[in-house]
Amino acid sequence: MSSFEIVQEDKTQCSIKINNNLDKQSIKPIYSKVKRIKSKKFPLVKIDCSSMTDLDYAGALLLADLCASFSKDMSSVVLTGMNPHFQSLLFFARKNLRQKSQIKLVKENFLLSPVIKAGKYIVDSIEAFIFFLSFLGESTFQLFRVLAKPWKFRYKATAVHIEKSGAQALPIVALTSFLVGLVIAYQGAEQLAKFGANIFIVDMVSISMFRELAPLIAAIVIAGRSASSYTAEIGTMKITEEIDAMRSMGFDPIVFLVLPRVFALLIAMPLIVFFADIIGVFGGMIVAKTSLGISYTEFIIRARDVVEVKHILIGLFKAPFFGLLIATIGCFRGFQVTGSTESIGHYTTISVVNAIFWVIACNALISVVLTEIGI
Amino acid sequence: MSEAIIKVKNVTTQFGKKVVHDDISIEIKEGEVYGILGGSGSGKTTILREIIMLQKFKSGSIEVLGKQIGDMSHDEIVELKKNWSVLFQFGALYSSLNVIENVSIPLIEYTNLPKELIEEIALSKLKMSGLKKEATYLFPSELSGGMKKRAALARALALDPKILFLDEPTSGLDPVGAENFDRLIRELASLLKLTVVIVTHDLHTIEHVLDRFCIIFEKKILFEGTLEEAKKFEHYAIREFLKLERE
Ligand SMILES: Nc1ncnc2c1ncn2[C@@H]1O[C@H](COP(=O)(O)OP(=O)(O)OP(=O)(O)O)[C@@H](O)[C@H]1O
Ligand SMILES: [Mg+2]
Repeated sequence: MSSFEIVQEDKTQCSIKINNNLDKQSIKPIYSKVKRIKSKKFPLVKIDCSSMTDLDYAGALLLADLCASFSKDMSSVVLTGMNPHFQSLLFFARKNLRQKSQIKLVKENFLLSPVIKAGKYIVDSIEAFIFFLSFLGESTFQLFRVLAKPWKFRYKATAVHIEKSGAQALPIVALTSFLVGLVIAYQGAEQLAKFGANIFIVDMVSISMFRELAPLIAAIVIAGRSASSYTAEIGTMKITEEIDAMRSMGFDPIVFLVLPRVFALLIAMPLIVFFADIIGVFGGMIVAKTSLGISYTEFIIRARDVVEVKHILIGLFKAPFFGLLIATIGCFRGFQVTGSTESIGHYTTISVVNAIFWVIACNALISVVLTEIGI
Repeated sequence: MSEAIIKVKNVTTQFGKKVVHDDISIEIKEGEVYGILGGSGSGKTTILREIIMLQKFKSGSIEVLGKQIGDMSHDEIVELKKNWSVLFQFGALYSSLNVIENVSIPLIEYTNLPKELIEEIALSKLKMSGLKKEATYLFPSELSGGMKKRAALARALALDPKILFLDEPTSGLDPVGAENFDRLIRELASLLKLTVVIVTHDLHTIEHVLDRFCIIFEKKILFEGTLEEAKKFEHYAIREFLKLERE
């Protein structure tokens, strides 16, 4: 245990005796005493270190800081009993002393801090919006350039993304749409059986699946899978300066990273939705058979007779819009990543939440428009 | 300056089919500044990572501070790791913390020092490593390459470790900075009785800082000893490496 003994303290001088070791483990208990002494003024300070047994850098710094607080040039401090090693350590610590007060810090007024935060939030939002517009503009510009020179388009990268974001998503899309088909048929079956209107299960399942549910389920699954991975991929590339490297070589990141992803989802989404249509209705068929006694053949014949093709087409018509939204948001949020790894997590979260929200909003908008024009 | 505190014995390392080290042995003594030299891709970083338990090796044994690596309980490993700190080749600062937080974090986690003193120690380590005070509250993404290196050095020095591992500390520093760095390493080694292990290509460091060094060449240890001994050693690779004139 170290001790920091104040032997004498009056107007003219202060003498201190340090016993045992002065190191990281032993400073805590004596620190308040050191601070009290440090805050006072003495014309003369004597520090006796003759019974100090050990000194490490933290201890040396504490001593150096104590001495510096009495006088800049050590003129009013008398150190006694230091062995040469301690002395050189203390000298080293004095040389490397840096006061916090020397560093200018902009302190926020804490009363104003909610206002400052709100202001910052608004400015950040406006900046993000402007950045989004410029991202959209640049993407459109590059799109037209690529359309003019189609051989510049990255076909291979697009194919890779169709496989990664489309084909590899099929199992999970199948599972979710199957379960949703199963559940709505099951809930519907009970109600319809009450009226003896069993056969209407076909209309209900097919139309709701084709027109609304399958596109929405597929889009939500893809938003969760691909919007997040696009943001994380592009964000990591930004942090590791890969994007800067691409720019420096004249490879445009929009052409290399964004367009392939956007086109991949644009192409893959309708296919995924069609796949989800089939699996979802199949889920409904199973319930129709087991709980309402409608055979598969009956189900299919009824569906052919009553369900218009337009329902399927409307569902498929929405799919590319969803794909476009998901890919654009995923890529855009990726380009917003700056600096820290934390920022990747932050924007990935935002990207998924945004993508799902905009898919649902876009779905609502299309529904309203189609109903208004009477389709 | 006598006991070996790191003993690498007959270590062989392989990545897949590729052999990186073939049966190499080195010894690092307490209190010395030891260099690991070799060409790009010769496996210097790899041997360092093996000593600090970030990388498994295929055969052989490594002993640090009397403890056999790979044969320790979890608590022993944590205790052992407190004895060393590492400056990684590319800094490896925590990107979500600012510079002074990066330096303070080992002190906050491993000591019970009062907050003000931790801050003071961190500031002083930053000064020691030559980082300008304007950079104290910046985040790693706002630093230049050399500034990152200095901040990372300050973090490595935070706890006054027994053993300091430095992976190419002077690459990315300006010549004056590199020379100050070399002086600092010598000063630290003598004042705080550190053992320092440096991976380096820097001729100035080799000449002025290292007590002893080894050269890894074609998967083997080609040479281990002092610069004086190396100068007498007749091998074209060593002469080339140390830029020695042929007489
Ligand atoms: N995780 C890994 N997987 C496969 N091979 C690796 C891995 N890490 C390193 N290597 C190989 O091991 C060899 C040694 O790499 P190491 O990073 O140790 O080189 P170095 O001597 O530190 O080089 P430099 O001076 O460029 O830093 C290299 O040939 C590298 O290709
Ligand atoms: Mg290396």
